[in-house]
Amino acid sequence: MVAIIDYDTGNLRSVENALRRLGAQYELTADEAALRRADHVILPGVGEASSAMRKLAATGAAAIIPTLTRPVLGICIGMQLMCRRSEEGDTECLGIFPTKVVRLPAGDGLKVPHMGWDTVSPRSGDELFGGLDGGTYFYYVHSYAARDCGAAIALTDYGMPFAAALRSGNFYGTQFHPEKSGATGERLLANFLSL
Amino acid sequence: MLAKRIIPCLDIKDGATVKGINFLGLKNVGDPVELGRKYALEGADELVYLDISATLEGRKTFARLVEKIAGNINIPFTVGGGISSVEDAGALLKAGADKVTVNSAAVRDPALIDGIASKYGSQFVVVAIDAALTDGVWRVTTHGGSRTTDKELYRWALEAQRRGAGEILFTSMDHDGTKNGFACDVYARLNGMLSIPVVASGGAGSREHIAEVLTAGKADAALAASIFHYNEIPIPQLKAYLAAEGIPVRL
Repeated sequence: MVAIIDYDTGNLRSVENALRRLGAQYELTADEAALRRADHVILPGVGEASSAMRKLAATGAAAIIPTLTRPVLGICIGMQLMCRRSEEGDTECLGIFPTKVVRLPAGDGLKVPHMGWDTVSPRSGDELFGGLDGGTYFYYVHSYAARDCGAAIALTDYGMPFAAALRSGNFYGTQFHPEKSGATGERLLANFLSL
Repeated sequence: MLAKRIIPCLDIKDGATVKGINFLGLKNVGDPVELGRKYALEGADELVYLDISATLEGRKTFARLVEKIAGNINIPFTVGGGISSVEDAGALLKAGADKVTVNSAAVRDPALIDGIASKYGSQFVVVAIDAALTDGVWRVTTHGGSRTTDKELYRWALEAQRRGAGEILFTSMDHDGTKNGFACDVYARLNGMLSIPVVASGGAGSREHIAEVLTAGKADAALAASIFHYNEIPIPQLKAYLAAEGIPVRL
């Protein structure tokens, strides 16, 4: 069973649909017992970091997530909330990934939000990217990104190199949206579900 | 490197795909979900579904269709047509749409853009602008080009951005349906003045036209309908051509 953390942050639908297409069983929940029981946990999210963090704290999940021992995947804002801090709303986050979330640099012909398909370069042979070549395209929509750090297992360059994916033990995060990234995104989600 | 996007647009009437030549003389070109899935498999980067139903019943059918699309398509998709309130947009978000486009309703009530952007984020709001060159001025039109307004294109595009639009989708009514190429100079100017992505629509007749609007026109994405629906330019061939021309595309 996959637990999708439900913390009232907009659209969980696309993650649900992607899991359904992969044939995975899932539930939307923020209940402690359900999160501890789940084989995999996904922390999705869209929106603004400080309000998302407040909502996550209000459900109680913020305190539970760092203590989970099964594979956890944060997507987009979900990943950002697993970092140390976010510049967006100057927000203290969960501190799982040892990095800070900063605003992407605008200008020089670069538009922010960074929106569309961009290349992702896995830096180590992490299982999350099993079967996916370097330079694979994933779909992004974001204005803030996590700085490169020792936990970054893949990078994308957009005005600055940033962490496309992070890993710290059983915790994973992707800045891009695997649930919207076609067949490659489905492969990455399948890789996560087989961890 | 961020890829330039290729976006097939599907016009939907009463739950089925149609393509209008200058919005007249509609012809059925297939099931919207099947067609969308085919395009996604072929390498489309996004899809746009525009509801052109005139009846309430048609609109209800469309809302159900959006849920079906969301369940079956694994790439981002935008829906539009008849969205005139924040609630309309919210219902489509809930049904699984990644973005909505607002057009005539935003011209009538520009605060609609602020309302949707502040509630659901700028990334969710695409402002679609139709315009035609009238006495040397690009005038914004509404209702499928049938009504000319006193708004000027560039000023309206800037206002839309300021109000929270995440993207501008501009269609030249002088080029739409002609297959004679895009209004490249207009896109280049929009790109230069805006800090949000610009999607080009209206006039695609050949792969050269698409290459031109993505290079000279500096558009971030190109949208087209009939060249894809009638398989005149299959997406894999189009993308291979664009890549050979040195344009960054997702292959």
